[in-house]
Amino acid sequence: MAEYALRAHNVTQKFGAFVALEDVSFDLKVGEVHCLAGENGCGKSTLIKVINGVNKPEPGAKISFYDSDPSSRVTPTDAKSHGVHVIWQDLALFPDLTVAENITFDSFVASPFAFRDTTRKIARASKIITRLGVKLDPNAKLGDLSIAKRQLVAICRVLDADARIIFMDEPTASLTRKETQSLLAIVRKLSADGISIVFVSHRLAEVLDVCERVTVLRDGAFVGSYPTEGMTQKKLSTLMTGMDLNETARGVQDFGDTAIELRGLSRHGEYDDISFSVHRGEILGLTGLMGSGRTEIALSLFGMTQPDEGTILIDGVPVTFRNSRDAISAGIAYVSEDRLNLGLVQSQSIVKNTASTVLDDLAKPSYFLSPARLTALCNNWIAQLKTKVSDPHLPVSSLSGGNQQRIVLAKWLATNPKVLILDAPTVGVDVGAKAGIFEIVRGLAAKGMAIILISDEASEIHTHADRVLILRGGKTHQDLTPSSVEEEKLEEMINA
Amino acid sequence: MRKLIQGWSTDRIELSAMIAFLILSILVFAVITPNFLSPGIFRSMAFQLPELGLLTLAMFIPIIAGGLNLAVTFTANICGLAAAFVVQKFLAENGAAALPIALLISVTIGLGIGMLVGAMVAYVVAHPILVTLGAMIFLRGLGELLTRGADISGMPAVFETVGHGTWLGIPIPMLIFLIAVAICFYIMQFTKLGFSIHMVGSNPKATMFSGIDVNRVLVWVYGLSGALSGLAGFLMLARFNSVRVGHGESYLLITILACFLAGANPFGGFGRVLPLAVGLISLQVIASGMNLMGASQHLATAAWGGFLILVMILRAPFQSKT
Amino acid sequence: MRRAFSSAEGILGLLIVVLAVFLTISTDSFASVQNLFDLLNNQSVNIIFAVGLVVVLVAGGIDISFSVAASVVQYIVVTLLVSMGGGNWAIGLFLAAATGISLGLINALFIHRFRIVSIIVTIGTFNLFFGLLMYLSRGRSIYTIPDWLYSRVAIFSIELERGSATLYLPVLVMLFMVFATWFLLAKTGFGRQIYGFGSNPDAARRSGINVALIQGFAYGWLGLCAGIAGLMQAHIVREVVPNALYGRELDILAAVVLGGAVLGGGRGTVLGSVLGVMLLALIQNGLNLLGISPFAFKMIVGAIILGAITATNLDRILPQSRKSAKEGQNNA
Repeated sequence: MAEYALRAHNVTQKFGAFVALEDVSFDLKVGEVHCLAGENGCGKSTLIKVINGVNKPEPGAKISFYDSDPSSRVTPTDAKSHGVHVIWQDLALFPDLTVAENITFDSFVASPFAFRDTTRKIARASKIITRLGVKLDPNAKLGDLSIAKRQLVAICRVLDADARIIFMDEPTASLTRKETQSLLAIVRKLSADGISIVFVSHRLAEVLDVCERVTVLRDGAFVGSYPTEGMTQKKLSTLMTGMDLNETARGVQDFGDTAIELRGLSRHGEYDDISFSVHRGEILGLTGLMGSGRTEIALSLFGMTQPDEGTILIDGVPVTFRNSRDAISAGIAYVSEDRLNLGLVQSQSIVKNTASTVLDDLAKPSYFLSPARLTALCNNWIAQLKTKVSDPHLPVSSLSGGNQQRIVLAKWLATNPKVLILDAPTVGVDVGAKAGIFEIVRGLAAKGMAIILISDEASEIHTHADRVLILRGGKTHQDLTPSSVEEEKLEEMINA
Repeated sequence: MRKLIQGWSTDRIELSAMIAFLILSILVFAVITPNFLSPGIFRSMAFQLPELGLLTLAMFIPIIAGGLNLAVTFTANICGLAAAFVVQKFLAENGAAALPIALLISVTIGLGIGMLVGAMVAYVVAHPILVTLGAMIFLRGLGELLTRGADISGMPAVFETVGHGTWLGIPIPMLIFLIAVAICFYIMQFTKLGFSIHMVGSNPKATMFSGIDVNRVLVWVYGLSGALSGLAGFLMLARFNSVRVGHGESYLLITILACFLAGANPFGGFGRVLPLAVGLISLQVIASGMNLMGASQHLATAAWGGFLILVMILRAPFQSKT
Repeated sequence: MRRAFSSAEGILGLLIVVLAVFLTISTDSFASVQNLFDLLNNQSVNIIFAVGLVVVLVAGGIDISFSVAASVVQYIVVTLLVSMGGGNWAIGLFLAAATGISLGLINALFIHRFRIVSIIVTIGTFNLFFGLLMYLSRGRSIYTIPDWLYSRVAIFSIELERGSATLYLPVLVMLFMVFATWFLLAKTGFGRQIYGFGSNPDAARRSGINVALIQGFAYGWLGLCAGIAGLMQAHIVREVVPNALYGRELDILAAVVLGGAVLGGGRGTVLGSVLGVMLLALIQNGLNLLGISPFAFKMIVGAIILGAITATNLDRILPQSRKSAKEGQNNA
């Protein structure tokens, strides 16, 4: 019985002159849960594609599966025959087909002219679902399912194809805490069954929780493979970035007047009797499991939804927002958690995205929207927020996640808000870039902006929030100063 | 040459390519047909192009907004019918007043129809192809019901000055078209509305989150489209001195063709007015050239279809799918 | 049960039943065998078009050149048949199928090989085919068609009090095409591939689906249907009129989309498309029988389409009760 499911050494991958991977090693033991860690662009995806046969590395690589002889490249057929499967972050599923059809989809490709025996497909799918120990309705349409359930379908699909080595790319990015725990439990179950799992994730806490070893890549180079026992998030993040990111916790701050206050705010089915206030210069953390009402409250504050009861006061004056425009003119800005689809218009230019919130101002006084003014505004913010942009007229999709987030911030800061609501601002952003974004946020607070930080990463709340409100089931559960408890305790309180 | 182009933005390259095609088509026909490069030919082109041109502008704006307006031709039709009806009934004697009133009626009714369509697209959240298809069928039916298939004709003589007259040597229809182009260009490039139209076309939800009133934008998009269609209807009335239901219906797919020829992204968000104008002129050159060669309009239609596909094939290596 | 009625097919079916009942009550002749047989005979061509189009829509594309393609096939096939001295049904159908498929594959070629968006390609081919057809035919109809094509072929006849009601060959051909398309889409693995490709083309590619095959098949099948429909059209009207089918494509598109197909792909059924065509046909039939002026037809049809669109989107217009929305979220 082989000890290693996969051994890869001396893997170098070049794309033209660009060296994506240089002399990288990667070992995977049978039944192991192994993390592949590194910042965006460090080569993780490239390495995965070498292993599943999509990329052909430079000659000299030595890759072997189980007991096979090493070869210098993997063909897609090789990879399939050894049970290598990749679940990319987009899941590659079919929303209009049923769960069973998604799970057994490969059979449709393998035998297209076979009579589509729905009963047999459902039976086959049900078997896998039971084996995994989850609850899925084989007849449900995939598009109706939550992301967490879709993830499970993706796993079932690779199991149906007899996967023995599964790569999971950022599987927990869109999951709630509870859903993440379920997923990690499943990962452990699979590993106990002898399936080897490679976890690619930004969430260092999870990585250290479920993985046995972690391999770190940085800028295409192999930094090392380490057991997770004894590894800390700080150590891991230093290895990934090569920098010592010492984030100092917030000391005691001086605050100004109350910028925004909520009194007894309620919206049926979403949140109930929420009251809190945020002062100028204060960073309030809003956290809790998903479904606890955090984003729902934010959407009401931003005017996208209307509360049924209660009052919102800005600078002591009660306000009602019929839509987002009202909220923006009252000085509220909202950075959505869905940067890709809601925070930015990906295909449009950086200039257009930055200017989209302040068109009325830019068009003053003659209603003439000068392109020069738009570009000037954009360049101004790019400089202020130290964003890496080669050409502001390129689509915003050309930027990295961290830089995109800076553009989102730019676009909202341009409105000169009193209250900035940040909803999961660092999702999909590198560890290094995260620090940069919080530096900006702290600077804003120092200048008197009131900040509401919605996040479910205890470390973020612990380091950056002056106060935190923990929500549960739409109600305020706890209200405390993060620095008064240990980070681990805070994590417990959030997930309790 | 490559070095020269490397510094240019994609927009400039696109426009230059369109102009190059235009010059090429003119040269080709100049060589093939003896009398092509004559003032008479250019003048007749300048008279014929504006109808199609206005309808194409009417189609263009909804495409950029991520939709489509299949009702442009029948909006034009009904506006023309309405204007002709009013003139014939009430203003047959009063030539001088008839003209501006007819214009006002056409554009206003077109604007109204467009805004209703826009409201439906925005508030019912239905696909624009469906809504404008329904509207198109409805408007056609309305026209048939009101006219019973007969045509309305006999406009006062003053209409001829618009339909067939020139000002400073430029045919008046062409002047109207150029003014419309200038206005659309201005709106799309230099106003908040134009900016919003581009953003809505690419991602309406994200645009809404930026505080832009997406519903209002959509109402104006189709309103503008309707107004331009109405203007086209008025022009057709002035040119042919009569209106009948179904007049100009074959233009519909040509307008869509012209928009894509000009590089509008079928999924919305991108497209510029200047390449559109240039593209339209190319189409007209092809049609007039072939006409001069004795080929029928049908062959010109076929040539347009082939031209579109050819241009798309040539563009293929440069396309990035958004 | 509720799920059956909340689907597009369910709503359509309900509407048709309601309409049929209404018309049976308010007119003498609607529920007559003669009328119903007439309906079937007359809608055969449209239904054949519709089942071809739904395959393309499910695959995520669109094609508006098919009715022009049908006209082209009519013209070419009848001309060929006349020049070869007549031929017969087998040859006729074969030629129609082959020509239709070729025209469809031309679309597929441009769409796949050059990655041009389907709406653009098919607008191009629409104009190209139509322009060439009208030019080469000089707009002239063909009045002398082969005898076998000219004579009516009855497939089913019922004796009535006065005379008889008959179903003709086009209905049989239509039923065959409906069944074949249905079987293909609903009952084969390949059909699932088509739905998958329409639902998520990128995922389909990564699953090893042969994209060229899917696209070639979808547009080819529509071409096949267009060809057959063209031949049937010539058979029914007993002449070849080059521009008779002009404008039909938008009506068929409306019917198929009413039937539940979406322009983004991945959804739509043969049943829905047939119901869509039949609903519009019933409306027209009803208006006719109710003695409403033919000039009002289109207006009413347009209004109904707009009404149907509003009705099917009602759940998006009306504010949803938040509790039920949350439930939906939790059950997922």
